[in-house]
Amino acid sequence: MGRYMLSRSLRALLTIFLVVGFAFTILRLSGDPAMMILSADAPPEAIAAFRESWGLDAPLWQQFWGYLMNILQGNFGVSMRDASPAMGLVLEAIPATLALALPAFALNLLIGIPAGIFAALHRNSWMDRVVMSFSVAGHTLPSFVLGLLLVLIFAVSLGWLPSGGFNGVEHAVLPILTLTVGGAAVLARYTRSSMLEVLGQPYIRAASAKGLRWSQVVVRHALPNAALPIVTIAGLMFGGLIAGAVVVESVFSWPGVGRLTVSAVGNRDLAVVQAALLLITVSMVATNLVVDAIYCLFDPRLRANSGAHH
Amino acid sequence: MAVLAPSVPNASRRYFWQEYPPLVVVGIAWILGIFMIAALADLIAPYTYTALDLKARLQPPVGFGGTTRHLLGTDELGRDVLSRLLVSVQVSLLIAFASTLLSATIGLALGFLAAHFKGWLEQVVLALIDFQASIPFMIIALAVLAFFGNTLVLFICLMGCHGWERSARITRSLTIAANEQGYANAVHALGASSWRVYFKHILPNIASTLIVSMTLTFPEVILLESGLSFLGLGVQPPMTSLGNMVGYGREYLQTAPWILLAPSCVIVLTTFSISLTGDWLRDRLDPTLR
Repeated sequence: MGRYMLSRSLRALLTIFLVVGFAFTILRLSGDPAMMILSADAPPEAIAAFRESWGLDAPLWQQFWGYLMNILQGNFGVSMRDASPAMGLVLEAIPATLALALPAFALNLLIGIPAGIFAALHRNSWMDRVVMSFSVAGHTLPSFVLGLLLVLIFAVSLGWLPSGGFNGVEHAVLPILTLTVGGAAVLARYTRSSMLEVLGQPYIRAASAKGLRWSQVVVRHALPNAALPIVTIAGLMFGGLIAGAVVVESVFSWPGVGRLTVSAVGNRDLAVVQAALLLITVSMVATNLVVDAIYCLFDPRLRANSGAHH
Repeated sequence: MAVLAPSVPNASRRYFWQEYPPLVVVGIAWILGIFMIAALADLIAPYTYTALDLKARLQPPVGFGGTTRHLLGTDELGRDVLSRLLVSVQVSLLIAFASTLLSATIGLALGFLAAHFKGWLEQVVLALIDFQASIPFMIIALAVLAFFGNTLVLFICLMGCHGWERSARITRSLTIAANEQGYANAVHALGASSWRVYFKHILPNIASTLIVSMTLTFPEVILLESGLSFLGLGVQPPMTSLGNMVGYGREYLQTAPWILLAPSCVIVLTTFSISLTGDWLRDRLDPTLR
């Protein structure tokens, strides 16, 4: 298990390193930042001063080294528009994002998993078809279309809820609902297929043959075995929560990381974009690691395998 | 989750609708229709998509108080929504098509390279696949657009970097398997070049699985493109795409919802049809791939 986690951790570090390299590369490939921030007809002294203060005169490998060191010291540069620290801006926006993402994630689990189990247990019945049709519809419906439809129905036509903004619970209802539909649909789909695979296994037949009640077979034998793939998907979804907020926050003018990133991209505020990119990457990679650890804890086969190596 | 046709004792007694479920037939019809529209958009559009008709701004569609001059109404500048919709379909499908092909090509090339050369090259490809799979592509796309700005060619190339990891993975594992089978060895022993073995013998054998994986990528690219265009970061005006129309229509959600509803319906119906058809195709062509 130690060895397994070690290799996963190294992979995770490699991914983060690749993202840092990626951010640095496109930052440098995109042209001279001095020309982009100042205009092309700025006085040459101003451009020279800017280049010096951002370290743009040094050779590329030195720039990359400096960039890496800065990041390791928590220095992500300042927003090129108002000179406030970029990472500070991103961190400030996180609570708002989590205020949408966490309830949505909880609802995803509470709706998606039972729906998937239900559909699998009633395979090919009309109820299964209904659940699966909703699931396909839910995950092909783009979140901006769904969000705008909800606004059209509940805010414009019925006037029950506000269409956007950020003060109070009623403002969070529609965005959370939007995030829930897609996530629950994906989870239901994976839960169903994972359950179906387990239910076809010989040990399920053995368990029912020895006279267990069907409900016990499902709870004691099918669910624990079907849980692992579901944990993987749920983990991926959890890691993707911040990234997934990009569109929904923009639809509902919700002041979270997603909307911050989109407006930074629009303004070409490079420092903020890379701070957000790195933060989102680290959160994804960290959740993947946690999922791997959970795997180790719950899957005796993994423990046994790595035990054999010693 | 292969939902195979229920086992019928006598195969000849299978009904048409069991083989081709009604929803799938409707989906295929919609996809064909939308492709026809994309091909003929310039011919059937009643107006040029940028033509202004300032006297008829924000006109509702026929049946909601509008006239037959503008079947789906007009937008804030009096441009015909139907014409814009047709051109948007063309642009969105063109981007999705080009990007899906590009992504499959990248995946195929990297998959072949990894399977052929093994060693460090394979490790690099695997690390790239890991990297691509662990970061949401939307975020990478946002970063690239922020740094490079946006042109149509760049945008298509960027969308073409989505989903390559799936075809690379499939190509690599299937090629490794094929290399161990007799036919690849036999052709090789007859003196064929590696190039010939890969493209004339192995490629046709893995094509069906690759095509199925392309049916997964295609709707994803449509959603990605329309999402980015919706945010104002994808296709730039005066060009138009489905997401772009929704994004601009959003400002008129209260007064003129038809501007936004028409392209939304097309997006939803198209991705839904492709998903349904893709699922069905997958079960028929390749039950091992979910």
